[in-house]
Amino acid sequence: MSLATLERVEVVYPGRGAALGPLDLSLRAGEIVALVGPSGCGKSTALRLLAGLEAPTRGEVRRLTARGETSVVFQSATLAPWLSARANVSLPLELAGVARGEARTRADGALGRVGLGAAADARPVQLSGGMAMRAALARALVTGPKLLLLDEPFAALDEITRRALADDLLAIWADTRPAIVFVTHNVEEAVYMAARVVVLTSGPGRVAGETRIDAELPRPPGFRATAPFREAAEKVSATLAGAMAA
Amino acid sequence: MRAVIAPAALIGVLLAAWEIGAHYAGVPEYLLPTPLAIGKALGASAPLLLASAWRTLAMALQALAVAAVAAIALALTVSLSQTLERAVRPIAVALQVTPVVAIAPLFVIWAGVDHPDRAIIALAAIVAFFPVFSGTARGLASADPDLERLFDLYGASPLQRLLRLRLPSALPFIVEGAKVASGLAIIGTVVAEWVAGSGGAQGLAWRILEAGNRLETAKMFAAILALALMAAAVHLVFLIVERRALVWWRGR
Repeated sequence: MSLATLERVEVVYPGRGAALGPLDLSLRAGEIVALVGPSGCGKSTALRLLAGLEAPTRGEVRRLTARGETSVVFQSATLAPWLSARANVSLPLELAGVARGEARTRADGALGRVGLGAAADARPVQLSGGMAMRAALARALVTGPKLLLLDEPFAALDEITRRALADDLLAIWADTRPAIVFVTHNVEEAVYMAARVVVLTSGPGRVAGETRIDAELPRPPGFRATAPFREAAEKVSATLAGAMAA
Repeated sequence: MRAVIAPAALIGVLLAAWEIGAHYAGVPEYLLPTPLAIGKALGASAPLLLASAWRTLAMALQALAVAAVAAIALALTVSLSQTLERAVRPIAVALQVTPVVAIAPLFVIWAGVDHPDRAIIALAAIVAFFPVFSGTARGLASADPDLERLFDLYGASPLQRLLRLRLPSALPFIVEGAKVASGLAIIGTVVAEWVAGSGGAQGLAWRILEAGNRLETAKMFAAILALALMAAAVHLVFLIVERRALVWWRGR
């Protein structure tokens, strides 16, 4: 069953021309999909369509998720500087009318799951880049979403931190199995985390090709050294090279 | 320490040069009194100057309070609608660019000869209004666009968005606006006192006017010095308030 679908969607910004499409994308419940493509191909636009934050110029977006069942993590952590990590994470619950005490308790739980239990009282300025990203992830998870959208969530982090976060994210996914769509520039990250890697052409983005990675999720240790990983990464890279030339 | 010693030494050297220069050049007292004469005048009229400084300060602070409440309330109101914001802005700008001296006589007439202090507070409030209004309006629009998107996603109500996102985002801008406004409120008060020109509101401007009319130049200098010290003290207080507020806001 599809959780969300984009059907022949096109986005045209007045004055800037076509940004996306026509694009078809269907997303099943619990699935992890990576969107890869050159800069300016409309990946982030596709994500905003799935989130319902933007409407397509043409085509149709179908979403089976109710309000509060979709969460988004942006490229920067976008935490409110005047709130503690705990208050940032409990914000979506409080806005939805959950009592403050219960919201804060659930926020502590979500912070614990991303390994930030000890930093609940810290302000964003006191957190490192990786910790701030974890707090943003906790804020996205606290509502128990069915659809988790990540817009280049690890792009600003160093290689070691991004690998650790990728493993943590997969472990969290294994618990509650939300569908995840994430946008990335990094082919290896896409292949490591996703069951399906969708490559988009340069803007306006269309599907240039799709690669399935059948190895079970979360990926076993040492998966990056296996032949299936390297084959999939090479295939995605080749599709991407073709998409950029086109 | 060096930050205090260097300017203090320079001021000491300049004052000594002034004292000696005025003495040998034989400049008459009413034209340029010596620092010692000014010091004497300051000592002699200290109680009076202190009372006048307090009157000016009290009027300036009342004006600042009125201006801040009105400016924040108006900025919050217009932030709800772009049409409203566009409608209000030219009026706010017109109010800001009109010199306070030009409209002061009108306010003195309105407030009545018996209540010059009301006219003075109203005029100083007009001068102090704009930086707070402009800062608040800019601050309310400065919220992180991605946080705005998250509030869309969470289905926040307009009131929730205002109280939990835009107002806290605006706080540093509001405090900065209030700091600028505090200086303007003092300037506005002094100018308004000057134009009101009666002894009804016995602030520092009146002391300067009075001493000037009597050619008591040393007293005039003493009153100017008191005014400068008071304005500097207010500025310092607002600097500290701003720093504290930012530490609280940022958590560091």
